[in-house]
Amino acid sequence: MPECAEPVSRPVPPPVNATAPSSPTHPAGAAPLAIELVGIDKSFGQVHANKDIHLAVKRGTIHGIIGENGAGKSTLMSILYGFYQADRGEIRVGGVPTVIRDSQAAIAAGIGMVHQHFMLVENFTVLENVMLGAEGGAFLKPGISRARAELKRLETEYALDVDPDAVIESLPVGRQQRVEILKALYRGADILILDEPTGVLTPAEADHLFRILRVLRDQGKTVILITHKLREIMAITDAVSVMRRGEMVATRTTAETTVEELAELMVGRRVLLKVDKGPAHPGPVALQVKNLTVRDHRGVTMVDDVSFDVRAGEIVGIAGVAGNGQSELLEALAGIRRPSSGDILIDGASTLGADPAMLRRRGLAHVPEDRHHMGLVLKFEEYENSILGYQDDPRFLNGPFMDIDAIRADAREKIAKYDIRPPNCRLKTANFSGGNQQKIVLAREIERDPTVLIIGQPTRGVDIGAIEFIHKRIVEMRDAGKAILLVSVELDEIRALADRVVVMFAGRVVGEKTPDASEQALGLMMAGIAA
Amino acid sequence: MSAASVPLPRWVTFGLMPALNLAVAFLISGLVVAFIGESPLEAVEVLLTGALGSGEGIGYTLFYATNFIFTGLAVAVAFHCGLFNIGGEGQAYLGGLGAALVALSLGEVLPWYATMPVAVLAAALFGAAWALIPAWLQASRGSHIVITTIMFNFIGAALMVYLLVNILKVPGAMAPETRTFAEGGQLPKLAFPFELFGARLGAAPFNVSFVIALLMAVLVWLLIWRTRLGYEIRATGTNPTAAIYAGIPYRRTVIVTMLISGGLAGMMALNPVMGASARLQVEFVGGAGFVGIAVALMGRSHPLGIVFAAILFGVLYQGGAELSFWIPSITRDMIVVIQGLVILFAGALENMFRPALARLFWRVPTASSVKA
Repeated sequence: MPECAEPVSRPVPPPVNATAPSSPTHPAGAAPLAIELVGIDKSFGQVHANKDIHLAVKRGTIHGIIGENGAGKSTLMSILYGFYQADRGEIRVGGVPTVIRDSQAAIAAGIGMVHQHFMLVENFTVLENVMLGAEGGAFLKPGISRARAELKRLETEYALDVDPDAVIESLPVGRQQRVEILKALYRGADILILDEPTGVLTPAEADHLFRILRVLRDQGKTVILITHKLREIMAITDAVSVMRRGEMVATRTTAETTVEELAELMVGRRVLLKVDKGPAHPGPVALQVKNLTVRDHRGVTMVDDVSFDVRAGEIVGIAGVAGNGQSELLEALAGIRRPSSGDILIDGASTLGADPAMLRRRGLAHVPEDRHHMGLVLKFEEYENSILGYQDDPRFLNGPFMDIDAIRADAREKIAKYDIRPPNCRLKTANFSGGNQQKIVLAREIERDPTVLIIGQPTRGVDIGAIEFIHKRIVEMRDAGKAILLVSVELDEIRALADRVVVMFAGRVVGEKTPDASEQALGLMMAGIAA
Repeated sequence: MSAASVPLPRWVTFGLMPALNLAVAFLISGLVVAFIGESPLEAVEVLLTGALGSGEGIGYTLFYATNFIFTGLAVAVAFHCGLFNIGGEGQAYLGGLGAALVALSLGEVLPWYATMPVAVLAAALFGAAWALIPAWLQASRGSHIVITTIMFNFIGAALMVYLLVNILKVPGAMAPETRTFAEGGQLPKLAFPFELFGARLGAAPFNVSFVIALLMAVLVWLLIWRTRLGYEIRATGTNPTAAIYAGIPYRRTVIVTMLISGGLAGMMALNPVMGASARLQVEFVGGAGFVGIAVALMGRSHPLGIVFAAILFGVLYQGGAELSFWIPSITRDMIVVIQGLVILFAGALENMFRPALARLFWRVPTASSVKA
């Protein structure tokens, strides 16, 4: 076999797929446009996802696209990236009309995408992941040395700070995301699309990401940022386009707009960013956590000697940066994870050894943090999910059979009450938008009239209109005398809803505050600096 | 990628796509037949008349289909729980032991309609028992059910040979088989539906176990889509994390599902053992356990689909036998090739035409669509 020989002395050719069209000389346009969408229209059967969309993104800017879940942002970007074909309309890249049939064509046109859920091979190294699909020949060795050199260059140029030989699964989420960005750059992307990039990041990681995006922009790349977080838009974008129900309703220069204006454009009416609630009237202790310690499957202590009470008629918020034991705490409370020591009491009686079904019978309702993996069976029809966990309720049973009519009637009632759209209990759950999926879970858990309600990330990935509704419902539950434990990584949410705030850091409770404590004080506690 | 997830009308998914897949499988089979110098058209004619052209042919076709309905249902029930039961072969084999023991004992004194319910139960119990250990290993120790059920096929085969040669064999006889069951241990043929149409069943062993098979198809449908257990099975099969969240005990669900699956596979033995040969023989299952996998795949784990797929495979079995008889250059092995092609296109490549069809359905081909 011929040796692949000394790669060092050879001149390094550019990566294979980076032969993307060198930006075509733009015919005397005033502001050069990176992307122009003209009259894009797309329907899926009855659903008109994109209606006659016009969008112009200037080269070398960060352009935000904001809108509620289901507004059509993702469809539009999927069209741009070649996942779908538009029914009508034209895409111009650098002024040149371009047909983008698939992601290969998008890459060739210089468009790269960073997906919300990463497309990485977990047990490959960074280098291997970056090369994947651009190996440059049947033998790996020359490609590897080429990729390594190119990676080094990209990394230093954009301050990405990723070790090429690290294995993906050993990297924190923020770094995995940077690998996705590297992948796109390696393939010669001039235009980067990021789909809800901060949804999985801690605040510090998000800040780092923003720094990287600014560097990218300053180096002449164009960034399209899809998000529903107004604060991010204000912090980082140069221009912002707002989508609502499949239409592009406005484009603004970020410096000339306000959060209030954008929020109003998104939902089409004024929204309350503050929650309307009166003082709490706490009753007796309903949920008591005593010296609880929880270890994960590796034996690492995730919850460390945690104690607190939740009284009937109050909301206790657990604040903390994601990954500080909140998830394990929730799972232990819900009977999914066995605590290694300590006790959990509901109405004064220990729940140790009870499984999730027994806990439900004792009046515990649980809205899990991750609705896709835990809260819903996405392949089920909506009505089937509306009884998940309550399938042994005699109301829904008819001898050995399920009373389908009763279940569907009940599901329809919840759909009406929670304004779940589309109002069709026979639709597959996967076909609902994130906000509506969350409403399905909330409706199921709240309408059981529990005594203790534990809620993880109630509004993660949920649009503003739905957030308002969900917050109102949670406060109503409190006023009806329920004990509510709320875990959220959104500090604003905790401060708006909770009557008492318990701060967790590294698995321990570091302190308790009232919700009117300053953001800075809470932030320091969450960082483990102050108590 | 995206085109595969676009929803299509039901008639396309459940009607047009299987039909297309089948057509392609037959087309390529035709090429294979042409390649060895025979006329594909003649082969199709022989196959179809052999399977469906006479009362006797239909009788044989439905006899084979009966086997495949049982084993197809067995595989499908396990599929719904996310389990791949490869052990239908062994479970059916052991089910035969249960059926034979009842036929040999009760069959002596009771009429067939009294023996039958007991035999159904015994076959199911023995089949289920053979699935129990793999199920328990999967549920408690995480041993992969595919591996353990395959192993149990071999253990079952060895066990049955041992029993037939050393214990159940008629003393002095050469064949490793039990004695012939008495009248009360045999299932009567179903001749009257044929006579209704003036056809004759002839030698075909089509018998009442077909009715039991159809009954089981209905029961499986009820179980999966109408009972709480079925709901729990499907939840565990599609999202185990959500099932645990919902308080559905994983171990219990896996074990119960496998017992039902094994029981269905075990019942398959009624048809060949009590319905046809009236004795227990070695290797009477003859691969029906494995065909059940293809049938369940093709029938998309839905009882109705399974009945149709089972009949299709019955046609291929019976028609294939006729084919190799009348056209000797098309050997038994060629028939296996054709069956393999059907499994390949209808089972493994079932979604091959989906992207193209999705594009066809969602594209609005107007003049103003995206230009180059």
